[in-house]
Amino acid sequence: MTTETKHPGINLGATDRRTDDEAEPDVFGFWVFLMSDAVIFALLFATYGVMLAGTAGGPTPADTYKLVPTLVETLVLLTSSLTFGMASVAMKHGDERAGNTELVAWLAVTLALGLVFLALELRDFATMIGDGAVPARSGYLSSFFALVPLHGLHVAAGCLWIVVMMVQLRVFGRDDRVKINLLRLGLFWHFLDIVWIAIFSVVYLPGLIR
Amino acid sequence: MSDPDQGKRADIRTYLIGYAAALLLTGIAFAAVRWPGVGTTATLAIVLTLALVQMIVHFRFFLHITLAKSARDDLRLILFSTLIVVMMVSGTLVVLMNLRHRMM
Amino acid sequence: MSAPLWPAVLGRFDWQSLPFVRAWQHPSLNELIGAGAAAMVVIGAIALVALITMLGRWRYLWGDWLTSLDHKRIGIMYVVLAFVMLARALVEGVVMRAHQATAIDAPGIVSPDHFAQLFSTHGSIMIFFMAMPFLTGAINYVMPLQIGSRDVAFPLLNSISLWLTGAAAGIMMASLVIGEFSTGGWTGYPPFTELRFSPGVGVDYWIWAVTLGSIGSTLSGLNFAVTIYKMRCPGMTLMRMPMFTWTSLCTSILMIFAMPPLTVATALLALDRYLGFHFFTNDLGGNMMNYANLFWLFGHPEVYILILPAFGVYSEVVSTFSSKELYGYTSLVLATMAIAVLSFTVWVHHFFTMGQSANVNAVFGIATMTIGVPTGVKIYDWIWTMFRGRVRFTVPMLYSLAFMMTFVLGGLTGIILAFPPLDYLVHNTLFLVAHFHNMLIPGLLYGMLAGYHYWFPKAFGFRLDERWGRIAFGCWVGGFYLAFMPLYVLGAGGMARRTAEIFEPAFRPWLYVAGVGALVLFAALAALAVQLWVSIRDRDANRVPAGDPWDARGLEWSIPAPPPEYNYAAPPRVASRDPFYDAKRNGTAYYPPARYDDIELPRNAAVGPVLGLLGAAIAFGLVWHMWWLAILGLAGVVATVIARSFVRDTHRIIPAADVERQDRAWRAAVAATPAIPREVEMTPANRGLAEGAA
Repeated sequence: MTTETKHPGINLGATDRRTDDEAEPDVFGFWVFLMSDAVIFALLFATYGVMLAGTAGGPTPADTYKLVPTLVETLVLLTSSLTFGMASVAMKHGDERAGNTELVAWLAVTLALGLVFLALELRDFATMIGDGAVPARSGYLSSFFALVPLHGLHVAAGCLWIVVMMVQLRVFGRDDRVKINLLRLGLFWHFLDIVWIAIFSVVYLPGLIR
Repeated sequence: MSDPDQGKRADIRTYLIGYAAALLLTGIAFAAVRWPGVGTTATLAIVLTLALVQMIVHFRFFLHITLAKSARDDLRLILFSTLIVVMMVSGTLVVLMNLRHRMM
Repeated sequence: MSAPLWPAVLGRFDWQSLPFVRAWQHPSLNELIGAGAAAMVVIGAIALVALITMLGRWRYLWGDWLTSLDHKRIGIMYVVLAFVMLARALVEGVVMRAHQATAIDAPGIVSPDHFAQLFSTHGSIMIFFMAMPFLTGAINYVMPLQIGSRDVAFPLLNSISLWLTGAAAGIMMASLVIGEFSTGGWTGYPPFTELRFSPGVGVDYWIWAVTLGSIGSTLSGLNFAVTIYKMRCPGMTLMRMPMFTWTSLCTSILMIFAMPPLTVATALLALDRYLGFHFFTNDLGGNMMNYANLFWLFGHPEVYILILPAFGVYSEVVSTFSSKELYGYTSLVLATMAIAVLSFTVWVHHFFTMGQSANVNAVFGIATMTIGVPTGVKIYDWIWTMFRGRVRFTVPMLYSLAFMMTFVLGGLTGIILAFPPLDYLVHNTLFLVAHFHNMLIPGLLYGMLAGYHYWFPKAFGFRLDERWGRIAFGCWVGGFYLAFMPLYVLGAGGMARRTAEIFEPAFRPWLYVAGVGALVLFAALAALAVQLWVSIRDRDANRVPAGDPWDARGLEWSIPAPPPEYNYAAPPRVASRDPFYDAKRNGTAYYPPARYDDIELPRNAAVGPVLGLLGAAIAFGLVWHMWWLAILGLAGVVATVIARSFVRDTHRIIPAADVERQDRAWRAAVAATPAIPREVEMTPANRGLAEGAA
């Protein structure tokens, strides 16, 4: 294999050398942006750790979290990472003449899974709020509601980005800019799943340990 | 120039391996909490360790970050970011816990 | 009169929000000063618009500057912004010194609330809207030239960063005219800045101005880092980069990792103020100490962001004006990297007195003392560079010498502050204020002024007037010593910082001296303005079209002054650390390139100004609770970003024939230019060609 990896995520080297070259600074730059985003999340995690004890006599993690919904959301998001991977493969190896059907289909599945994830999460939040576990109730709940919905906002932004890319595929086909943007979206989507690993491992599961 | 289908099969396999490994690691973590066999501290340690391993799985199989020479820039950036994050988070926790212990 | 006028549309605006109305109702000296400042902003804005209109330059301004994606233009605009904001914040400093000199057992010239706004705007502007834009502008202009590149990695993002910063500065200026500013200092500590104690618009102005600016800075850091990693010309390995580029790299890495904690701190404070969260409140589980922790996780690396580019400038200037290669390049690189990493390990020293145990404090105290070592290494390297060199006492070199002596003094007081038990005595006194001004003024400001004088001829094609440069220099140094050395005495004598009323007559003489110093600093700024005017008036005599007025070493001096928009007619190839200097000594400095190719450059784009305007709208709407404006602004941002992603025609081509023609014309002019020795460097004989280079 003559290909070398120029940047994170799937590389176009074998199938599209020119875009591969063009992609290097663009994708690396996006990778740098994700690192700065990671620092924001890390500090929200640290804040959560600091404020865990600040329940002010209100709902505690054990009262608020539920194991099965968290597991379902985890599986949905993880599967969406796989389906985006399949989309990346379709983009890299798909025949130009055969069109973008496979690529668009995998993107659509990823979008659907992302929306399902968001719907489940919003239902969780609604339940919490209905039970009086609102951010204004305590410092602990404030820290929960800053961290987890921020991740959800990122997922929502990712879903919007998928829609925009699907439109661009229709308008431009698989040109250089579309491919580079899809590479960056791929980094973003996988990064969100990595943050979710931290969320269920630092927030939900520890809160449910008896 | 190698057979592009070979490349495609290899690429697909990478994602499937990563998915399977992540499923397994997720399953064990949730199981450890649902059916606790060891003490709370040990369970916590298991969950956090599995999380770290799963993150590495994601980096390796979904994000294609390897130890190959050409991926070095990206790996260096992740390692540096990890260093900064570890310093900031552990520093925050140590200092704030110290303050809580003395004041609250 | 203090009920909101029209809540649905104007949010919480009411007539009392205007300083003119307040001054009309209560014409005290305090209110008149406020109204006067607001009037200057309004009149200044109107005058500027009128001037541009009368000269018929809107098209030129929009097409050549505001929508330009050229890193050189963007760099210049950043520096212009910095100088404008320097003027405002310096005047605020003068007013504060005047107030404190008159407030000993007396009310002083401004009210306590007004004084608190002054120290808050002074600090916020100097850090976020003077220092950061100045260094970002310097890096923007110089770094791509030094690495032989045509532009930064992401030119559009560069423009967006500029306009976000400009929008944030606009928000700061708006706070003078409509409403009031925060009284919580540039650090904005809760619970004082929570709704309960600061219900007005002031803290919100601060939050959103800082947030807009910090997003701009994070994106700039990203841009610079990727540029340096991915866009160096052939042959320029990392260890062949000029020192200014090295410090730019480490500065941008700091920006990428240090701005996020600030974004988190201000965002969490905003959640508390807007949505009733409890991050930093007194009750219901809030932990206000985490704010100080988060803020200084940003704040400490921030001061290294401020100083590293200045260190880079000094490396360039000291080497050039000692006519000698920089001593200890490798140690300078290692020291820079050490400073960058260590800067993340010392933040607790900003709150030694918050209540941590002695052991925790000791760890951070030791780390703080350690970080002084690499800076010391750098000072020695610069001294050894000068040793046995042929030192020319030009204005940039004068600033460098003043820096070396004065900054080291300030560094020593930093070591004093690094000892927790000593810090307990002087924390939040004027001793601390003296220390950080001692680092920032001789460190950052002299560095930026040295860089301004050094690279101005490259950017504009003519030298600055040296005589007025010396006058300004004398005032900056004299003014600094007069204004800040007394503060060490006052601080050690127990005078607290941010104090509007003083009851200790023994402080009086020191406060008077400091007040005089502030006036001398104002004179320094005025001298710079005169210098610019005189330089423009005399520009034809001082032109340096051949591009190398100082017989310098780096690639940026091998191109015309001012440079063509594409920087280099052909990408340079380097084989050593001071490639242009070596080429001059080999006699190959002005050889034309082997071939000329078409050059692709980005087209102008309105996206930057549009996003800046929308960002300002969001910020203004959030401050005044004009929710419709904030929502429209946010929708506009999303729509603009998506719409831009559909644009495909983003570049234009400059034909190879044009490039060749321009380049050959310049080389012919260089061949006809007399080369000059350093003795006449400051005379009109200097046309930018150095002896020993033909």
